[in-house]
Amino acid sequence: MADTAHISDMDDRKFTLNFGPQHPAAHGVLRMILDLDGEIVTRVDPHIGLLHRGTEKLLEYKTFLQGMPYFDRLDYCAPMNQEHAWCLAIEKLVGIAPPRRGSLIRVLYSELGRIMSHLLNIGSQILDVGALTPITWAFEEREKLCVFYERASGSRMHAAFFRPGGVHQDLPQALLDDLSEWCEQFPGKLDQIESLVTENRIFKQRNVDIGLVDEKTIMDWGFSGVMVRGSGFAWDLRRAQPYECYSELEFHIPVGRNGDNYDRYVCRMVEMRESVKIMQQCIELMNKEGPGPVLLPGSKVSPPRRGEMKNSMEALIHHFKLYTEGFHVPAGECYAAIEAPKGEFGVYLVADGTNRPYRAKIRAPGYPHLQAMDHLSKGHMLADVSAILGSLDIVFGEIDR
Amino acid sequence: MLDQDAIDALKDLGEHIAAARPDAVKSWHVKTGELTVFAERDHIVNLLRFLREDPQCNFETFIDICGADYPDRSERFDVVYHLLSMRMNHRVRVRVATDEDTAVPSATAVWPAANWFEREAFDMYGIQFADHPDLRRILTDYGFEGYPLRKDFPLTGYYEVRYDDLEKRVVYEPVQLVQEYRNFDFLSPWEGMTSVIPGDEKAQES
Repeated sequence: MADTAHISDMDDRKFTLNFGPQHPAAHGVLRMILDLDGEIVTRVDPHIGLLHRGTEKLLEYKTFLQGMPYFDRLDYCAPMNQEHAWCLAIEKLVGIAPPRRGSLIRVLYSELGRIMSHLLNIGSQILDVGALTPITWAFEEREKLCVFYERASGSRMHAAFFRPGGVHQDLPQALLDDLSEWCEQFPGKLDQIESLVTENRIFKQRNVDIGLVDEKTIMDWGFSGVMVRGSGFAWDLRRAQPYECYSELEFHIPVGRNGDNYDRYVCRMVEMRESVKIMQQCIELMNKEGPGPVLLPGSKVSPPRRGEMKNSMEALIHHFKLYTEGFHVPAGECYAAIEAPKGEFGVYLVADGTNRPYRAKIRAPGYPHLQAMDHLSKGHMLADVSAILGSLDIVFGEIDR
Repeated sequence: MLDQDAIDALKDLGEHIAAARPDAVKSWHVKTGELTVFAERDHIVNLLRFLREDPQCNFETFIDICGADYPDRSERFDVVYHLLSMRMNHRVRVRVATDEDTAVPSATAVWPAANWFEREAFDMYGIQFADHPDLRRILTDYGFEGYPLRKDFPLTGYYEVRYDDLEKRVVYEPVQLVQEYRNFDFLSPWEGMTSVIPGDEKAQES
């Protein structure tokens, strides 16, 4: 018979659980070592880096333009928002700004990206706490948005659509009309999802007062985005440090009251409605102002148009030089940040005057949020871990880089 | 781009920081609309705490810590801190230089969030942080050796992994490149030309 005397000496309430890296509620490849006391979480140690691809190293070996598509692959729920930060950083150092229509298209597609990201997050957060239907409704709308991505850039996901100095292609009028039609019907679809979830008893039991974020937590752990707004602070880079044409657009910044999972869910819901308003304003402005350049014309960072290249030797040379050597960015350093769907997404760019970045650091919003998992989950039940993780809105593309 | 008022405000802030912590601040400047403070390594924690607590600075929100490698310098690494004040709505960048052996005091006492960012700088560059509670590697593989973001680390790395069907496990092997990585030098000689072409001065005279 086996000797079992030692087992009774052990504290059978305390044990360690390995969560992930292939857990469906881990939202990617996250491995967490959970120390439990019964069902109470006492310590969380997230192990990240399973999706590390060395983006920052790769960027140092590519020209500024070649580096751009890597940003699609960071937060792959809202690819164009990341491209935006990269373009803004380059534009800041070169000292250029996109033309009016280019700027409007950027804002239009950034807000579209925000809705894409929030739809995915809300759907999966609800799924994590046990409701199967809303995610399918959310994905139906998200699918339409992917088609809009495709119609603008040729790709459903990894768009590579933004360029330093504007965007790659103009949008056809038919696409603008369809986008505006989509904006009309989308709030109704949100109402449907809300009717299932927002006042749902089970959803509230799983999310109200779970993962509380107070002011000290925000400051200590470097939170941004919905994680701040959910706690009642109206901090939004689109309003506080406006870039592109956000300062002339009308939109509200929804804030929560308690800073729990539930408030963050409501914030995201309202934010999507606000994003729709911004999209509608952009489309309206584009229709009113009429066609114009979308990529800074006659600059060294943008290619000449095809027609020009047929006639002009200079244009042909410029095109060749731009796509082999790339453009040179004056030496210096800058930090450019955007309000990404998940928080403040920043790029710290050091240029040494050559055609490649000397150093590019990507500041992903999910990184400090996930770091605070230990702080947020301590004292909660095991089942709350996945609810908190869902409401942090993390994506491993940007955390692991 | 920021307007002149905002740049002046940043310059005032720079002067304020330099005057309040003369021992910690080496120099500062405002470029491309951003305030950069160059700090003394040994006094960095004091400076960060001052930046967080001083009512005029109020840099409460921690944004980022990252390393940067400049192999030509005697102290080859930079540790770059980015801070934000949500109340005052301004940002600052603090830069500290160090080398492979000298540890930088850890900022975790001021912001707990510095923990992972310093682990990342250690993982990527091998920068040491003194008094860090848990200085493990973070992004690279378990058992990884070397510091991948250093300029002397090759882009391809040293080891590659693949699943071996016979051994039924993942195996590590030295990298074998079928083709040499093509790294062109694009510093074009055309850029070196002066703007005056010999003979042009005659055309302007006439």
